Amino acid sequence: MLLVVEQFLNGLQFGLLLFLLAAGLTLVFGIMDLVNLAHGSLYMMGAYFAATFAAWTGSFLLGALLALGATLVLGIVLEMSALRHLYGRDHLDHVLATFGLILFFNEAVRLIWGPAGLALPLPAWLTVPVPILPGIHYPAYRLAIIVVALLVALLLYLGVMRTRIGMLIRAGASNREMIGALGINIKLLYTLVFGLGAALAGLAGMMQAPILTVQIGMGENILILAFVIIVIGGIGSIRGAFLAAIFVGMIDTLGRAFLPNLLRQVLSGAAASTAAPALSSMLIYLLMAIVLVVRPEGLFPANRR
Amino acid sequence: MKTFSVSKAVTALMLAGLVLLPLYSYLSGNIFIMTLFTRIVILALAAASLNLIMGFGGMMSFGHAAYLGIGGYAVGMLAQEGVGSGFIQFPVALAASAIYALVIGALSLRTRGVYFIMITLAFAQMAYYVASGLARYGGDDGLTVYKRSDFSGLINLSNRTQFYYLCLACLFAVLFLIWRIVNSRFGLVVQGLRSNEQRMQAIGFPAKRYQLVCFVISGTMCGLAGALLANNTDFVSPAVMYWTRSGDLMVMVILGGMGTLFGPVMGAVVYLLLEEFLSQITEYWALIMGPLLLLIVLFGRGGIMGLLGRLNRG
Repeated sequence: MLLVVEQFLNGLQFGLLLFLLAAGLTLVFGIMDLVNLAHGSLYMMGAYFAATFAAWTGSFLLGALLALGATLVLGIVLEMSALRHLYGRDHLDHVLATFGLILFFNEAVRLIWGPAGLALPLPAWLTVPVPILPGIHYPAYRLAIIVVALLVALLLYLGVMRTRIGMLIRAGASNREMIGALGINIKLLYTLVFGLGAALAGLAGMMQAPILTVQIGMGENILILAFVIIVIGGIGSIRGAFLAAIFVGMIDTLGRAFLPNLLRQVLSGAAASTAAPALSSMLIYLLMAIVLVVRPEGLFPANRR
Repeated sequence: MKTFSVSKAVTALMLAGLVLLPLYSYLSGNIFIMTLFTRIVILALAAASLNLIMGFGGMMSFGHAAYLGIGGYAVGMLAQEGVGSGFIQFPVALAASAIYALVIGALSLRTRGVYFIMITLAFAQMAYYVASGLARYGGDDGLTVYKRSDFSGLINLSNRTQFYYLCLACLFAVLFLIWRIVNSRFGLVVQGLRSNEQRMQAIGFPAKRYQLVCFVISGTMCGLAGALLANNTDFVSPAVMYWTRSGDLMVMVILGGMGTLFGPVMGAVVYLLLEEFLSQITEYWALIMGPLLLLIVLFGRGGIMGLLGRLNRG
């Protein structure tokens, strides 16, 4: 029982983290029609910035805040210097160009921070276990991730659905020329959206950093997961990304936690312990393949044109 | 025949260079260059096969490295189980790749655009994790191929020069096949589907069936590259199927010029030589390579072949 609740919460936490990454990706994808493989690099940069700034300032929160600003700026610079010129080009061009950016960022990190990973230690008040149910404790930090991510998701929803900027973003997604003709500075809007996506990716990276180590290439595996999520959820749909992210987070975590035992019922011990991790990693891709075969546009297609 | 053209001249020069390379290696005593170019030729073969579906067929597969792994594992697994004959290993590698391509092609071709890119990627990642879970065949660590494929005296794969020429012959054979396919009725239909699927369907062509056959042919060709690659490195691991490897293949195709016969070969040669060259100047070669790719996308439409074509006209 205890294990089930704990793993369930872990799945929720991982799913919400994935949502932060996928939300930026799906915004950029849905609005600018840009396939950004370098989104995972922004996630990595967020983690590296946070580790560095936290070490400089000596404060976890201050470091995280500075890092958030830094990834926002990095995203804006990246958009203005390179990615802006890719809008309206073929998706293959996006893949190639942002693949190049991944190479660049990985190497730049190796040059600046060295090949060894960094650690981002937690402050004491975040390491204590918190009682959530009678007799069940859960790490405060993971709980904090859940709260922060839910808060961000809510803000994002309100921002996109209830504010003027959000309205412009949605309008820009459905008809770019029209909104430009109405006198809206679409270039600036796109830059802002990209910066927002970068900041969300950075936030995901820095929140994951204390749980895993900060290392080169950390954004690549998780980027593919984020792509899986936005494809399952339907490209451009934040609601779809949210539901798919929770779903994928749960399946991945619960699969890793319980599949080995299930497999041991049918396979010999050694075979089960090697097959289980592979099988649980496969589950998500299997899910995506099934979704795409049954509903080629994803579960919640954003705009039916 | 048209008059002199820069792209034809460069292509001919490159092909001649590939054919004469062992002579140069023999005369200069540079053995390393043979190892490097064997790898280049094999990956050029893989890139050419990707170009068949991506450049001519408009199917952007982001999971082509899976076939490198499948072909490689077919060789590695059979070798481990004591089946050393290349006459069995290579047909099995090709058949396994063809079956895999048939299954994932049938499923993936239901989608289009970005969704197609992503679903092919997902299947390749699945193949990657399946290979990682093969405890008997090394799992994550990969599988060492202790003995290269044995062609019972016909050709010796452990001889560097013979193996190089085998790879080169395979590359030329595949290029010839692609050339014949592209100019056949079948190839014209597939290219028609790339430019306007609805119209082709309206004329009465069963679109998916043509695309699927093309997808399977391409996968089978890449499986051959995988079998050769495993022989070249004497090793096969899940890493050859990782998504960045699929990305590498895409880069080679686009760099050389998508939808041209010799573009992918050019792309593979330039990309891998550049990687080799830059990594000799500096440890941080990717710092230059990354922005270079970006610049090529931004300013070099049509890849190297497109660039050479413009030189000719300009």
